[in-house]
Amino acid sequence: MDIDLSQFSQVFFEESIEGLAIMESELLKLDVAAPDPETINTIFRAAHSIKGGSATFGFMQVANYTHLLETLLDEIRDGRRQMQPDHVDMLLLSVDLLRGMFEALMSQAEFNDPKLPELELRLNNTLANQPSQTQSISPPQATMASDSKTLCWQIDFKAGADIMRCGNDPMLMFAELASKGTLTAELLPVSFPAWDDFDPEACYLHWRLRLITDEPLEKLKEVFEWVEDECEISYQQTAAAPSADTSTEMLSPSPQSEVDPPVAAPDVIALTPQVQALATDKAVASQKQSAAAAKSGESSSIRVSTEKIDMLINMVGELVITQAMLGQIGQQDEINQESLLLLQQGLEQLASHTRDLQESVMQIRMLPISFAFNRFPRLVRDIGQQLGKKVELILKGEDTELDKTVLEKIVDPMVHLVRNSLDHGLESPEARLAQGKSETGTIMLNAYHQGGCIIIEIADDGAGLNTHKILEKARQKGLVGAEEELSEEAIHQLIFRPGFSTADAVSDLSGRGVGMDVVKRNIHELNGSIELKSEAGKGSRFTIRLPLTLAILDGQLIRIGKHIYVVPLVSIYESLQVPTNRINRLSDGHELIRLRDEYLPVIKMYREFNHDADAREIKDGLVMVVDHNNEKAGLLVDELLAQQQVVIKSLEENYTRIPGISGATILGDGTVALIIDVAGLVKLAGIGSSNEHAA
Amino acid sequence: MADISIEQVKQGNQQYLSFIMANEEYGVDILSVQEIRGWEPTTVLPNAPDYVKGVINLRGTIVPIIDLRQKFGIKTLEYGATTVVIVVKVTMDETQKVIGIVVDAVSDVFSIEEEEIRQAPDFGHGTDLRFIKGLANVQDKMVILLEINRLLGSAILPDPETLNRIIGNLEQQAQVMTA
Repeated sequence: MDIDLSQFSQVFFEESIEGLAIMESELLKLDVAAPDPETINTIFRAAHSIKGGSATFGFMQVANYTHLLETLLDEIRDGRRQMQPDHVDMLLLSVDLLRGMFEALMSQAEFNDPKLPELELRLNNTLANQPSQTQSISPPQATMASDSKTLCWQIDFKAGADIMRCGNDPMLMFAELASKGTLTAELLPVSFPAWDDFDPEACYLHWRLRLITDEPLEKLKEVFEWVEDECEISYQQTAAAPSADTSTEMLSPSPQSEVDPPVAAPDVIALTPQVQALATDKAVASQKQSAAAAKSGESSSIRVSTEKIDMLINMVGELVITQAMLGQIGQQDEINQESLLLLQQGLEQLASHTRDLQESVMQIRMLPISFAFNRFPRLVRDIGQQLGKKVELILKGEDTELDKTVLEKIVDPMVHLVRNSLDHGLESPEARLAQGKSETGTIMLNAYHQGGCIIIEIADDGAGLNTHKILEKARQKGLVGAEEELSEEAIHQLIFRPGFSTADAVSDLSGRGVGMDVVKRNIHELNGSIELKSEAGKGSRFTIRLPLTLAILDGQLIRIGKHIYVVPLVSIYESLQVPTNRINRLSDGHELIRLRDEYLPVIKMYREFNHDADAREIKDGLVMVVDHNNEKAGLLVDELLAQQQVVIKSLEENYTRIPGISGATILGDGTVALIIDVAGLVKLAGIGSSNEHAA
Repeated sequence: MADISIEQVKQGNQQYLSFIMANEEYGVDILSVQEIRGWEPTTVLPNAPDYVKGVINLRGTIVPIIDLRQKFGIKTLEYGATTVVIVVKVTMDETQKVIGIVVDAVSDVFSIEEEEIRQAPDFGHGTDLRFIKGLANVQDKMVILLEINRLLGSAILPDPETLNRIIGNLEQQAQVMTA
């Protein structure tokens, strides 16, 4: 009976990656000095199920590696081993490594990270080094302490079917091997015969043993002397084993890592500098990996709660009933008053069900923002460690849901902002103490819904922006005139200018300002906006406002001549007719309207879009006041039509990007209407830059 | 209009859809043709070039419509019930796009072997002629085979005036060849 397991492997990958995320977050929570047994259990369970699954699916690289983790965790869980900071580091690095392995498996690529043998050896060494109170050995998976070793042997042992009947027990042989050095044993996947041919007394197993020993090969062969003829045994020397005399030195594994100089380490804890170095470049690597994963993830599957699916099924059920009802009316020979009433009822029901169905379908795409927040504890830990800063990360509103596509695209800007806060916002512990602040800085991520938007806040209690330095820099670059004075807020806005950095030396992490323009652009591409509040000495707060979904938008239909456009409702403040006495014409041809205390530039849409229009002067048409990057502008239109939800379609898919247009939609009559990109339109009209200066 | 077998395709035998524009016959690879439709009003795109007539809703997809006469710098005709839109799939920047082209009429489907295609003569304009695959003689008619990916996919297409001159030259060439 052959089952093609590959059809389940996708699910396994998803579960495993979730398992890795659990391991990571639990590890970060873990208090090394007094580990919570439940936390360790959770980590162990995650590792255990990854190991079990990968062995089932035949991903032996993963299975072998997780086996080591499992052994280590098992020892910690049973209290046979004391938890060390080094263990957490190793486990975290292992999580990264396993992620890499899964990514390789998913893209069916070869996984060839030099860190694998390196870490494997570290784990093996740790396991070999037995600080336990009780020497409990459970062969064949036992690891035993021994004196100095020189060679590492890989022994493949395939037991003959009759081995047990001859009175030979592999267990005993392994125990003897274990007495000669440090032994790890692992069971290779075996094929059992069909049930009818299965002999319960026969042995079908196949082991791979790894022995680190200084005994010559002949001595090892002696162990198997009695069973040589009936079993398949092969001996292979893998790598030179490190000196296990851990109290004095620890050699780098050879030959893979000749680059690394041997590190003298008196004990495990003194290894941490090396660990940190490893951790940091791993952090960079994992950044790249996660970026790649995010890219590939865009087309990947989505896991939906059964609750949401149930709701959908209910909706479809209702829809089918309505359809049957309408069908029945349609079959009647004549339509009388009564059937007309039924028909109306049916259509009303249909409309309501369709709306509900649409909502439920949208719900499927909604994921809690914790998917994005989850990566930050690790990021903050790694970078904080690297920079020598003490940081507490507070996450709020993790259950807030938003569309998967928005979620995927907001992660990079968020990472950038958090790195910025760590690098430039938060001061060193000493500097904080000197300022009378607590030694540990805080970074807070908060997400919540507001109207049809989601708000994401990234706040720190660090130094805040150095307005003096920013202004100086802007003057140097000629962005601001030498004599020109700017408000504090306007100075803060300067960091969103391209190529602007105030960092004294641009670190490898970021410079506040370096790439801020990119962050802003990415958020704008999502139809969102970003605000910044900063107070010297107290910290900075970035507020990102995003639409809940990119697929549907509440729109106001407007008419210009015979052309119909859609303006996103979120960017509209109000629409009004402006009397002549409130219109001012500037010398450069631009016109302003006075609205209460403000003067707003007006964009004549027909002129920007080269259309014919009824209203060519402001007084003849309607002015729609819109918001772009927290600044207002007026759009001159002929008429306001209906408000409706529109499904956004891409123009770029078959054509190209058009300035001032963010996409298209299909109206009720099947015609296409274009959706206005307010910020793009303002830019097109050429009033954006002058406005930014004046702000 | 013979059916085409797999062997023929392997031998470099390709089928073309030909269409008429200003009395001239053009051919495009039939594999790039998705469907043929009548003219319907489009939604005009702001600030688009003249030859981009706008976009239509093709079963939920937004498809741009291009007037090939205008693109080639030929005088335009009034659109009517007989105006034809050929919806083609082209590869642009490694992605596939669907574009409609407006032509006067669809003419024929025919097979041509690779060696029967003659290179378009060099007119010495120094212009990129790669959007013309070549010239072919079909039943004593001259057909200009277009490389549709290059024609619609290339941003460096000659301007309509130059194109018009090229087309004019090709017409002369065709007359010489069929004479």
